[in-house]
Amino acid sequence: MTPAEHDGSDLLAGFSAIVRRDLLLAWKRPGDALNPLVFYAMVSTLFPLATGPSQQQLLLNGPGVLWVAALLATLLALNGLFVSDYEDGSLDQLILSPQPLPLLVLGKSVAHWLTTGLPLVLVSPVIAMTFSLPTEITGILLLTLTLGTISLSLLGSIGAALTVGLNRGNALLSLLILPLAMPVLIFGARTVSLAVAGDATSSGVYFLAGYCMLNLSLAPFATAAALKISNE
Amino acid sequence: MTGLLSADRLRLYRGDRCLIRDLSFALNPGELLLVEGANGSGKTSLLRAIAGLLPLDQGEIHWRGKATRLHRQELSAEMSWLAHRLGMKYDLTLVENLRFEARLRGAKWHDQESLLRRLGIDRLTRLPLRALSAGQQRRVALARLILSASGLWLMDEPFTNLDVAGHDLVLELVREHLRDGGLCVVASHQSFDIGAPTRRVTLQ
Repeated sequence: MTPAEHDGSDLLAGFSAIVRRDLLLAWKRPGDALNPLVFYAMVSTLFPLATGPSQQQLLLNGPGVLWVAALLATLLALNGLFVSDYEDGSLDQLILSPQPLPLLVLGKSVAHWLTTGLPLVLVSPVIAMTFSLPTEITGILLLTLTLGTISLSLLGSIGAALTVGLNRGNALLSLLILPLAMPVLIFGARTVSLAVAGDATSSGVYFLAGYCMLNLSLAPFATAAALKISNE
Repeated sequence: MTGLLSADRLRLYRGDRCLIRDLSFALNPGELLLVEGANGSGKTSLLRAIAGLLPLDQGEIHWRGKATRLHRQELSAEMSWLAHRLGMKYDLTLVENLRFEARLRGAKWHDQESLLRRLGIDRLTRLPLRALSAGQQRRVALARLILSASGLWLMDEPFTNLDVAGHDLVLELVREHLRDGGLCVVASHQSFDIGAPTRRVTLQ
């Protein structure tokens, strides 16, 4: 195959190939994908038990707790993003494949979000009920969490790529990613709080959407560059 | 020096040790480059450098007359890499892995029964690779190498874990590949004669 044959459909072929492979892998090892979800559900349901059932307090803390739990759950799942590929040598093959690496990396991030981010978003309305958050905010909760977890998956892939060769990269990964994840946490939690209070939420949603687009367009390139360095 | 694949005065350091000093070679279709040397002499590093996984400290590798440092894609579209590590997912079956590789190259997957039978792995298609023996996994890696239909094969210790029949099979596959006008770079600590034009590089 010569490089000239690489037209658009071919690029998409590599992208969809890796998404399908990673989804198949997640299907065969459901524990890895369920772990963050269980963590998320546990933290956010334990919290009301610890702080007491005062509805005022739950309404005040609910959005913040949901978002912190979502952030930590996503970080928990990120560590393994490239580790297994690194260990079994698949990473070499991906880097050497004729497909552009940023696109393959984006495919991995998409699969990662579908297996960890999306389930987390989907259970959120149920968990929001334990904080007695009004059902009217379900829409805004789903929207902000969707945008936020996509950003976190993409940002996390940069950190995962930088720490892939290290033995205990987990702590370092969190340290690298947290500063970049702060805007997501601040705007996400604040927007949901505003929605609970019945205020306008569009500015927060716009910020999260913009940040998501920024990550979507830049993170794959940063991740690809980091992978090449880590894999030397 | 001219050749389809040529290297010009390569120099490669790992840490403060100079593994490769001023190595040059040229390889044409149908030719084999045999990289020999003791353990730790830098055979794998040289192969990784040719593949582009490891940056060279000095020198240039050319593929079809173009520097691979700048024209990465043109080499990787025509190269396959058989490494120490399997390079496939242990949780997936042989067919799932090979189908992924085919899709990654933009090719259609169709049943490869004759090839799998030749490699002696046609009865293992339903098992995850985890359940296969090390030698059988090696044979799966060989299947990927052949299915990639690449012009240049980079093979790092291809005989590891293989039985006598597997050893002969590798030699046969390499011989066929060279006869079809392919190129092959083999790193091995054991010497062998393949009956094809062979260049040798011995690393100290």
